[in-house]
This record gives sequence, C-alpha cells and structure tokens, in this order.
Amino acid sequence: MIDVLVIGGGNAALCAALMAREAGAQVVLLEAAPRCWRGGNSQHTRNLRCMHESPQDVLVDAYTEEEFWQDLLKVTGGVTDEGLARRVIRDSSHCRDWMRHHGVRFQPSLSGTLQLARTNAFFTGGGKALINAYYRSAEALGVQIRYNSPVTGIELKDNRFIAAHLAAREIDGVHWPAERIEARSCVLAAGGFESNRDWLREAWGQSENGDWAADNFLIRGTRFNTGVLLRALIDAGADTVGDPTQAHMVAIDARAPLYDGGICTRIDCVSLGVVVNREGRRFYDEGEDFWPKRYAIWGRLVAQQPGQVGYSIIDRKAVGRFMPPVFPGTSANSLSELAHRLGLPEAAFVETVEAYNQACRVGTFDHTALDDCRTEGLVPAKTHWARPIDTPPFYGYPLRPGVTFTYLGLRTDETAAVHFSGKPSPNLFVAGEMMAGNVLGKGYTAGVGMSIGTAFGRIAGSQAAAASGHQPTSMTVGQDHAIA
Amino acid sequence: MQSLNPEVQVPISANCAHQSIPVLNIATVEVDRQLHICNACRYCEGFCAVFPAMTRRLEFNQADIHYLANLCHNCGACLHACQYAEPHEFAVNIPQAMAKVRRDTYAEYTWPPALGQLYRRNGLTLALATAAGLGFFLVLVLAIKGTLFPGPLAGNFYAIFPHDLLALMFGVVFAFVVLALGMAVWRFWREVSPPSEEPIQMGAAALEASEAVLRLKYLDGGHGEGCNEESDRFTLWRRYFHHCTFYGFLLCFAATSVATLYHFILKLEAPYPLTSLPVLLGTAGGLGLLVGPTGLLWLHWRRHPKHGDSDQRPMDYGFIALLLLVSLSGLALLAGRDTGSMALLLALHLGAVMAFFLTMPYSKFIHGFFRSAALLKFASERRQPDRVRMGGE
Repeated sequence: MIDVLVIGGGNAALCAALMAREAGAQVVLLEAAPRCWRGGNSQHTRNLRCMHESPQDVLVDAYTEEEFWQDLLKVTGGVTDEGLARRVIRDSSHCRDWMRHHGVRFQPSLSGTLQLARTNAFFTGGGKALINAYYRSAEALGVQIRYNSPVTGIELKDNRFIAAHLAAREIDGVHWPAERIEARSCVLAAGGFESNRDWLREAWGQSENGDWAADNFLIRGTRFNTGVLLRALIDAGADTVGDPTQAHMVAIDARAPLYDGGICTRIDCVSLGVVVNREGRRFYDEGEDFWPKRYAIWGRLVAQQPGQVGYSIIDRKAVGRFMPPVFPGTSANSLSELAHRLGLPEAAFVETVEAYNQACRVGTFDHTALDDCRTEGLVPAKTHWARPIDTPPFYGYPLRPGVTFTYLGLRTDETAAVHFSGKPSPNLFVAGEMMAGNVLGKGYTAGVGMSIGTAFGRIAGSQAAAASGHQPTSMTVGQDHAIA
Repeated sequence: MQSLNPEVQVPISANCAHQSIPVLNIATVEVDRQLHICNACRYCEGFCAVFPAMTRRLEFNQADIHYLANLCHNCGACLHACQYAEPHEFAVNIPQAMAKVRRDTYAEYTWPPALGQLYRRNGLTLALATAAGLGFFLVLVLAIKGTLFPGPLAGNFYAIFPHDLLALMFGVVFAFVVLALGMAVWRFWREVSPPSEEPIQMGAAALEASEAVLRLKYLDGGHGEGCNEESDRFTLWRRYFHHCTFYGFLLCFAATSVATLYHFILKLEAPYPLTSLPVLLGTAGGLGLLVGPTGLLWLHWRRHPKHGDSDQRPMDYGFIALLLLVSLSGLALLAGRDTGSMALLLALHLGAVMAFFLTMPYSKFIHGFFRSAALLKFASERRQPDRVRMGGE
C-alpha cells in the first residue's frame, strides 16, 4: 500500500510530497491538471514573504517576526490565528535552504518591485520555474507523479483517511477506468474553489437588480481549482474556517483571459489617477496608501460596484511611472471623447473628473513617498498623489475583480491535521489554499500565500510520513538557515 | 498600433504611451507582441540580459527588436519558466520569436547587401560553397600534378601548392571576409546603437561585454547551472561545447598565424615537426573543433522542439557540418601527411577551409559577431540612466 497520498500538484502539495519522501515514505502525488498545466496557482507566483533578522542573500536589511506578524495583523484586520501565523512566519525564515536543496533559485527583487526587496525572496524565473524544480526533484527522489488525475471523492472511516476515488476519464483518447487508491495517510493540497463558477455565484449571491456579481469575476489562476475536494470534506463533516466570499482578489484588466491571466493583467496606475464606476462616479480614495499596500483591496471594491466594473483613468503625466500594462489603454484627447470611447455617461464622467481636478491641492508630487498632493472638500477624498487629470492624451483601463484564491478552507492546527468536530484526524492533513484561511481570514500581503503553502506543505508532509510509520529525519526538519 | 498579422489576437501593442514606430514583418511584430506581455510580467529578469534590457523600454522599435533578438542566446530558460507559454492563449515563446528575427537580421545587415539572400537558403549556400571549394582544390591538384596521388612527399605541402599561391588565395579571401564581416557588424551596430547624448564609458562596457562573450555568461541560466536542452532541466553542456568550438577555432587561427610568422619572419618553412608550436596549436584546435561541433550537433538533435526556429536547421546543421569537415580533414591530413594520400587530403582540407572562409560572412558564423555587438550595446546601455522610471514605491 502507498504510504502517503498527496492530492494536488502545486507548491504545498510538492513540499508535502518531498518532505514525506525524504522521511522514507512511498509517495504518490495526484495532479488534476495535465502536465502542461501542472502546478496550480503556484505557476503564477513569484516570491515568498520571508522573515529574516539580518540581510540574507537576496533579501536586504531585516524583516523581523514581529514586523511580519504586525503586517499580517493589519491586512487581516485580526481575522487570523496567531499561533499558526507565527508558525508560518518562523518557517519562512529557515525554509529557503531546503528549497534550494530541491533546486529552487532566488534572485533580487524584480525591477519595479523595489518595495519588496526587504520582505520577499523572488524565485529566479518565477513560480513555474519553482514548480519545475520541485517536480524534477520529486521525480529524482522517486515520488510517483500522476497527471490528469482529479480526485472526485474521499473515503473516510472514523475520521481516518482510507482511500481516494478517481472517476473514469478520457486522456488523449485513452480511456482510464475509475480508480480507488488506498494509502496509509493523505495530504490534501488541491487549492481553493475559485474556478468553480457555480460556487462563487452561490457565495456572492444575487443583487437586488438581479445581477450575479460573481459572473463578472475573472480568475487569475488555474482553471483546475474547482473545490471538489473541499466540498467533499465539508460534506463529510470536516471543520471549516473562513467566509466563502473572502479571497485574494485584485482589480485586473477587464480584457484578461477568464483563467490564468496571472501577474501581467494587473493595472498599476490606480494611485496615479482616479477610478470611476460605470456610472462615471469615483468610489474610493485612490491614494490612500502605496499601491503595493492597496492593490489587494481593489478587487473587492470593484466587485461591490454596479456591474462589477471600474475604469482607471490617467493622463499623460502618469505614463511610464507604473509597470507597463499588457493591454493598450483606451486613449482620447479630451475627457468627453474618453467617456464616449469607454462607454461611460459623458456628463457624469466629465463632471467627476472636473470636480476632482478642482479639488486637487498639488504640493510636491513624489510617487515614492506619501506626498502632500491631496484633494480638499471632495468625497471620497484622494489623500496622496492627487494631480489634476488635465494633460492629454487621457487613458482609460477597464477593471474587473480578479480572484487569485478563495479563503474558505479546512480548520487545522500546528500539525496540519484536518479536524472533525474539533478532533484531529490521525492521518489526514491539509496544506496550501485549502487551509490558508486559518491564517488569512481576509486581506492579503504579497508572497504570504507561498509562505503559508511552503510552511504547511512541509508540516503536512512530515506529519503524513509519520502517520504512515516514517519519522522525519533530522535533515528534513533542519531548523536553522545558513546564509547562501 | 495596427497589427500587420491578422492571426495575432492577444495583446498586440500594449502600452498607452506612444504609437509604435512601424514594424516591418511578421517576425518583428510577433516579438513586439510577446515583449509587451513579458514587460508586464518580468519574472525572467534573472536569466539573462534580454529582460533587463527590455525593462528599459516601454515600446520596441525595429532597432530595439533587432538588438534584443541578438542579445538572446536561445538558452530556453524563459520558455520553460513561462506561465504564458502554450497552451496558454498568449503563446509566449521568446526563444523562438527571437530566433526568427535573428536570422532576418543576418540577412538584413550582411554586406554586400545583395548577398543577404544567401541566408534564405543557407543549407544550400553552404553545400554549394563546400562543393566548389573541394572541387576547386581537387582540380588544382590535377592541374598541377596530373594525378591525385603523386606519391609520398614527406609532408611537404608546398610540393603540391606553391606557398605563395596559397598565401595569395587565402590572403585575398581572408581580406574580403574581414571587410564583409566588419561591414555587416558596422551596419548592425549603427542601426541598433544610435549615437548617445550621454557620455558612455566604452572601456568598462567593452570589458564587461568581452567577459560575457569569452565566458559565454548568458549560457549559465543566471544561476550558474546552465541552460535548457530537451527539458526544464539545466545543463552546462551547450556552454562547454561552445567553448570547445570557439577556442578550438581560435587555436587553429593561432596555428596559422604562428606558421605565417615562422615562414616570413623566421624563414622557417613547413612541414613543421609534430612538437612545433603551429602543429601543437593546430592539433589542439582541431580536437576542439571536433569535440565542440559534435557535441553541439548532439544537443541540437535532442533539443526541445519549441526552442528556436526549426526552419533554421539547415543553417545550423550546415554550419556545424562544415566545421566538422574542416577539423576532420585537418586531423586526417596531419595523420596522413607522410603518406601517398597527402595530396588528396590536402585538397580536401583546403577545400573545406576555403568554403568555410568564403561563407563566414554568410553563415551561422556571423551569430557570434552580432551577439558580441549586442552584448556591447547592453553593457554600454546599462551605464546610461534609465529613461523609464517606475514609481519606486
């Protein structure tokens, strides 16, 4: 019988599989996607938020446990579990040597991301390179990897994992019969439910005017995170955590593909101009804080607007001051022409921008600081970087909510065990997006998803190996980092 | 920007800033389309010089694209790491898109320009040149000696072809090659590197570029583990085989140069003993030119089908085959120089070398020159202030 069955094929699943294999367990990993789409949302990631007490290879300065914790506390508004959060933070300070050992390489922060040079270690080549490295290492170590293997159900007995079920399926014209795979223990790391349109619809509901808000969401990541396993566990009575409408959600270009748009579809010029809804009205302070600290709230803000759409409006002064967007902006030489081209109500739009322009109190514009350019007497105010939008050409970018991953997950503890009515399962563990909601009740801060996935993937792998009779070796639980 | 390629549906020119300077052909339009996606992503910045050079731009004109295409070493790292590679609808494949433009640049900047056509059917070009070179020297042996087997001549090549005749023929061809290559590189440089307003420390830039060329820095994957061949695994073999080829070529060149000095300055005439400097250099170089191209051929054979442009295989294989013909015939000549086959072996070797020389400005050989020029441009550009300034928050 298989010792450890890992369900999922992204960062957390691979970390679990590698740890379990290193502990001597026989490991099978089931990835729902075909090989070319393997890796779940991890293929779109780029860095890991890391605690460090002093400069560490690609990381400058220091980022202490306390500061990391305070950042997490701030973005989640306290909807987090301090014990688990601190576990993630501490693991992030010493997991990178293990990652390197499995072929992951790090590079200094990318151009245009200077603000992350202290807190986030970037993967050379991004998340897909990381995933490739982990798969190579897993194969070399003898982890059996099966692609095109979506699990449809889990067999449990007295809260113990017994077997996973795969439905009959067709792969490249070959028929595969239904399967039942038994294992001594199991790690669930199959992602959130963000690609399940029906579930999103159900979670977000219908507005008074009959709209289904979630129908207008785009999914930034994989199409394979349909939450089948999450639903199966919830139905089987597993304890859950989080609210189904909470997710890492950013405002992305409305023209992005429905799935897998990834990083390049983001629009980074919000703080340099104004954002209006389809009625041509502003709805939030675009200059509240630095964009990297605010990008994660704008998906939700746009989701709350009529039709779930927004328009980021800038003028020529902003060009070149933000990461270049992947789709060209709609441009015009006058505000009314821009309104016309964007399909916005002309009078309302022009009135909004003119009111904003008149309210601007321009001091010394500095996009690298919380400057003194702000509006006066305007609701909502723009508190920094407020400069009149008066220099043609004007540009508009349509925005939609882009869901990265959902936070509704399985409740767990420091052992990563799945819980049933408060009691931990002896051999069923969970990692990654399926439990990230324990740490992230809401909000987001760059790279923390990978920190959670890596920490809990490693814990779940060790625990699953132990539950199958294989104790982790000292090497695999190595505590301290050496600086490379 | 208007697309000239109706098949390109996904992000075309993705920046709002300016209208692109018109781009000329489908290959260039495709690079432009892909670079706008890359510039919004940037995950590959750590692999090579292409992406740091890209981030200095918001728009890409033809000169930029020609420069970046030659800066790309086709290592494959960015393809395997790309979240937007096929089957993603964005279908990003920078190594392939760059390779297509790269061959166009060889054709475009070749001198004399009319001979750029030779890159269109480069396999044929090399085959014809080789046939002509071999035929010419075989006929020359017959014309001079009346037979291909004039008997053992104790390694005295000049008993077959007078020294001055060889010196004249190869001297003239070599002078033309230097002129043609120099003109091609100059034409390329002038296009991709318009005069700068800022003073550039060209010395430091040249030093950096030389190091990148001589060490083949950008075949190391950015992390020192090499580039990709058949899969996402990294390997240093391409770098090693390139080194064998490049330094093998230089050693052969050095052997000829030393022999020329021996002849004219020291008045020492060939044949030189096996332990003499020209023969030692030539033997080492010949072995390098045997191992290197063989290895490159093997790697090329196994390379992932999405790397590079499969239409260019005749150009690549033709060049490798000609290099192998030069080294094999040279080593065979060394081994058989005291036998009755010397005249035949000499004709074969000189024919291969002549074909190689003649096609230097019209074969894959040129890639090293354009890439070196691109690396110099990168090194000098890096020393200028970045015109694109993102909010550094």
